[in-house]
Amino acid sequence: MSTLTDVDLPLYQSAKTVYPQSVKGPFRRLKSVVLVLCLAVYYFLPFLRWDRGPNLPDQAVLLDLPHRRFYFFFIEIWPQEAYYFTGLLVLAAMILFLMNALAGRVWCGYLCPQTVWTDLFQGVERFFQGDRRAHMLLDQAPWSFDKLWRKGATHVSWLMIAWWTGGAWVLYFADAPTLVRDLAFFEAPPVAYISIAILTFTTYSLAGIMREQVCTYMCPWPRIQAALTDDQALNVTYRYDRGEPRLSLKGAERARAAGDKAGDCIDCNQCVAVCPTGIDIRHGAQLECIQCGLCIDACDNVMEKVSRPKGLIGYDTSINVEARACGKPEEVIRFIRPRTLVYAALISIVGGAMLYQLATRATAGINLIHDRAPLFVTLADGSIRNAFTMRLINKRPDARLFALTVEGPTGAHLEVVGVSATADWRPVVAVEPDSTREVRVLVTMPKGAIEHKHADIAIRASDLFAGEVVIAKDHVFGPH
Amino acid sequence: MADRNHHELDAHTGQTTTGHDWDGIKELNTPLPRWWLNIFYACIIWSLGYYVVYPSWPGITSHARGVLGYSARADVAVELDALNASRALQAAGLATADLVTIKADPKLLTIAQAQGRAAFANNCAPCHGTGGAGAKGYPNLNDDEWIWGGTLDAIHTTLLHGIRAANNDNTRISAMPAFGRDGLLKKEEIRNVANHVRALGGLSTEPIYDAKLGVKVFTENCAACHGEAGKGNPELGAPNLTDAIWLYGSDIETLVETVSYSRAGVMPAWSGRLDPITIKSLAVYVHSLGGGK
Repeated sequence: MSTLTDVDLPLYQSAKTVYPQSVKGPFRRLKSVVLVLCLAVYYFLPFLRWDRGPNLPDQAVLLDLPHRRFYFFFIEIWPQEAYYFTGLLVLAAMILFLMNALAGRVWCGYLCPQTVWTDLFQGVERFFQGDRRAHMLLDQAPWSFDKLWRKGATHVSWLMIAWWTGGAWVLYFADAPTLVRDLAFFEAPPVAYISIAILTFTTYSLAGIMREQVCTYMCPWPRIQAALTDDQALNVTYRYDRGEPRLSLKGAERARAAGDKAGDCIDCNQCVAVCPTGIDIRHGAQLECIQCGLCIDACDNVMEKVSRPKGLIGYDTSINVEARACGKPEEVIRFIRPRTLVYAALISIVGGAMLYQLATRATAGINLIHDRAPLFVTLADGSIRNAFTMRLINKRPDARLFALTVEGPTGAHLEVVGVSATADWRPVVAVEPDSTREVRVLVTMPKGAIEHKHADIAIRASDLFAGEVVIAKDHVFGPH
Repeated sequence: MADRNHHELDAHTGQTTTGHDWDGIKELNTPLPRWWLNIFYACIIWSLGYYVVYPSWPGITSHARGVLGYSARADVAVELDALNASRALQAAGLATADLVTIKADPKLLTIAQAQGRAAFANNCAPCHGTGGAGAKGYPNLNDDEWIWGGTLDAIHTTLLHGIRAANNDNTRISAMPAFGRDGLLKKEEIRNVANHVRALGGLSTEPIYDAKLGVKVFTENCAACHGEAGKGNPELGAPNLTDAIWLYGSDIETLVETVSYSRAGVMPAWSGRLDPITIKSLAVYVHSLGGGK
């Protein structure tokens, strides 16, 4: 069904400025508490100290790029352990899916940095330019001193917050107190200032100017979320079974007196006025809705005033709304269903595997590379020698001594170039704290020890004091 | 297709359609936001700037150089200078320390091995192979047989002055006579002495081998350099004939050829061609391959 119309269609869609009205209520309070907590963690976490001994930094969370280390409280991650980040991302995705299956876009509404900073910026905006109505009037008013300083103060405050945001970001990459001092005296490396400038710009433009456009056009999650949700997930929902038909307050009273059906929605548009993305929740679930729950607060306040039960807008499942609209009994909201069980199981498996790996990982390691040319060398007495480039890894914060031995063909013995063997013929290699050392290792076997061109060997590095043993398996080659 | 000003309005959504119709399903017209388009246009304008500031249009003999005068080649030169400067800093330790000290110091050894590996790949690998595996006539540098000695100093001297190098007065020279070509020995004597050499190395001999004649010929012609027992002499560059390592091969025909025509491999002298620190690094690297004495 369609009609033809004569309109001059623009090539683009102008962004409509959203003037969200302030609102009071439990969801607003929840959002404010989460906002303060998130920002407090973000701004102050770099200053938290964590003692790791004399050889390592004492910052609790530190991404040490020059030394290729990531410190997170008691965890230290080396570059070759970057798979923990992959695991963390998988875990984050699964938790996002689970949250979505339980209570919709909890992430978007309360936790996403875009939401947190936009909320903060809107608070600043309201402080200088007033609430919805005053703000709209100010925007329409001609330029005056009053308008100029209100607009100016807003943008200066935004830029300062944005600058602090970038400033806190760089503190995660170097010793925070030192860097703060260096930044203040203009002695910090240029990359610190450049990073701050970039983050100032992105924070200012994303939270100050782009706002809901980021969620609507730039973020992939609303699309994915729409594909992942189901009719049993709790979502911020307009209960149209209760709200329709919409009538004015007086009209509703008349209709009820006459025995006709009247909805609880009095079409006051408060839900639209408070919406930070400028949509109408009564159109149902939609891509732009970040499910922050502010319309619930707004509607509940109105329902209280007109003496109707609260909860015309609330967390509900579409299956229940439909059931009630058809006069059927509600279904129990089921948090435990196959979808949530699968997500929870995946979270436990990935999280458990990571924890197990983390708890049992070795603090030493051996990387072996067999010489490619030549694969083996025949010595003057006919014995066969294979050479390896070996990297010994010491992940502990103190220097360690590793005694090296080889297990393999009968008579095989091991030497390290530049390291003399101890009395019991084991070469002992010293490795600096929290670092690696590359040595050349020679494995020599008597003539005829390798029967079929190649044989398996295992090189064993034993920590002389801590007792930790790491073993690397490889092959040795010989003539036919 | 609908024309510019005549659009279909979809009754369900209140949105216009693009006019495209597939089996009765029509596409809604959802225009991009204005800021998106503006960024798109801004990027196009920005991209034009590259034509101005960076090298762009090719000409007949040259090209537009761009106002920044940017050159990737100049960037590489700067990076190479920085690399050489940082290497000079590391090499300072190598310049003063003697070879034995370098070998015993883990830090200096690591630097010398790294520099030596690079220099070896550039200068030595064409003959000795990457990793020094060698080939027929080009010694394997990983093993423990050294014609001219396998100590750090001996290897260093060989590197400095080469072997039979034409332009170096201190080069290492040994001259094994071409016993066959120059008529010094008869064919039968050569066959027998070649068999005797195989016997010295514990290898099988031919049935025609006359041990008495082989020993006699060897004692008279070869023992002066290779020694009575064939153990060789690094001072003279005479290889050990009793071990498992054969530079040109141990089969009887190869040995007959060696005795008849002699062998005289050549290695260039590297002093003057490579700087002293690089030659030191090479000596340490070769010594560290595994066979150093």
